[in-house]
Amino acid sequence: MKKRKWPETWQEVSPGCIVAGPANAREYLTGSWKAQHPVWDDGKCIKCGLCYIFCPEGCVRETEKGFFAADLDYCKGCGICAHECWPGAITMVQEG
Amino acid sequence: MAKRVGMEVAIAASEAVALCNIDMAAVYPITPQSHIAEHLSDIVADGRIDAEFVTVESEHSAISCVAGASATGARVYTATSSQGLMLMHEILPIVSAMRLPVVMGIANRAVSGPLNILNDHTDIMSQRDCGWVVLFVENGQEAVDLTIQSFKIAENKDVMLPTCVNIDGFQLTHMVEPVEFPDQKLVNKFLPPRKPYATLHPDKPVTMGTFAMGDIFPEVMKAKDEALKGAKKVVLDVFAEWKKMFGREYKLVETYKTEDAECVFVTMGSMGETAEVAVNELRKAGVAAGLVKIRLWRPFPFEEFRAAIGKAKLLMVMDRAIVHGGMGGPVSVEIKSALYGEKNPPAVHDYIMGLGGRDVAVDDFEAMAKKSLEAYRKGVEKDYEFYGVRG
Ligand code: SF4
Ligand code: SF4
Repeated sequence: MKKRKWPETWQEVSPGCIVAGPANAREYLTGSWKAQHPVWDDGKCIKCGLCYIFCPEGCVRETEKGFFAADLDYCKGCGICAHECWPGAITMVQEG
Repeated sequence: MAKRVGMEVAIAASEAVALCNIDMAAVYPITPQSHIAEHLSDIVADGRIDAEFVTVESEHSAISCVAGASATGARVYTATSSQGLMLMHEILPIVSAMRLPVVMGIANRAVSGPLNILNDHTDIMSQRDCGWVVLFVENGQEAVDLTIQSFKIAENKDVMLPTCVNIDGFQLTHMVEPVEFPDQKLVNKFLPPRKPYATLHPDKPVTMGTFAMGDIFPEVMKAKDEALKGAKKVVLDVFAEWKKMFGREYKLVETYKTEDAECVFVTMGSMGETAEVAVNELRKAGVAAGLVKIRLWRPFPFEEFRAAIGKAKLLMVMDRAIVHGGMGGPVSVEIKSALYGEKNPPAVHDYIMGLGGRDVAVDDFEAMAKKSLEAYRKGVEKDYEFYGVRG
């Protein structure tokens, strides 16, 4: 499929804002919505994986070393990971 | 030449739909409806056309259902009026934003409350900004002709917008009028099968009704607005083709005796015929009266309107709806914008009349002209007026 230009001008928007082709939701970077982003302190992390389980966006991944990190392209900054991390390894930091 | 038959206008409108090779219709048959729904279901049940007639549980479902069918590439139709149109409201801007060429007949009626159901234009005016192409008809023949033309306008690749045909409830829908039906073969030629921009098919997946945040929403709105404004050219082309094939001529704004007119009535819908008689009467009494009838309400034909009023010094706008808390009726508000910045614009006198089915007869038009001319000659500014309201 042809890669869609983004952001489009009004002349480029497809009629009815139709999205052609399947499985392209990942092209929409919902991470742009966030006002805060999570920062991990691996020194405090006990690798329990709760952040991974609770992230409603499914954007927390295990790293090669067994710690965790968010894909900031999709993290909406809800702070649930930081709330659930009981050892306090995640801090929410203001964007910008 | 085709035979003229006497037929109730609502029934004639559904007969016109039957000529259009529709695939599907969904209509909710409760009051306020018109015989459009009833007769169309008869046509389908009798096997006269090969189409689905979906009996839905509300008007909200009716419009949602035709929108879904239209997304699959089908040619679809629905009809409603008054409260039914109000219940459809949530979906109307979605249909236009999704660029689905749904065609809808609206038997214009008052909106409750108080509970009324009789004719005025409050229903469509409250849906004015939903991004549909909006046409008004004056008589039964126009209801037939414009219903057929609406499909061609709506489905044009440069338009792809829903289109509604406004037929005054009762005043027109329930009248028996002489109508001439175009030949089916000619209609097939005029209106070939729809060529949808996209369809819902598993072999070619697309997403319709997408989500759009502030980073793209304004671009989508601008594209829709440009498409709606551009629809004017397509309406003109379709009218021209209709004239060529069927002989009857339609204009975006119709004029009657305006060439030398000093004062001009502005109407929409069925009252145009009464106003014509009033113009004749006024002319007999020595008043240079004329009449302008707006056929295309959205997109509003600004240039054509300004050309139509000619050199008139006084416009008497007949509004069958009120913009509560605003500057009168919706038609006059539009006309004042159309005239903004013009050199020596005419005075605009606005009459809110015919609400909730109240009759407006020839002598009412004459009385309004008399009032307006008196004020105009004295140089008095005139605010909008609820014509004929007691007190
Ligand atoms: S919840 Fe906290 S401690 Fe548990 S894996 Fe995630 S960051 Fe580490
Ligand atoms: S802030 Fe919310 S969206 Fe982002 S990684 Fe944490 S839980 Fe997931």
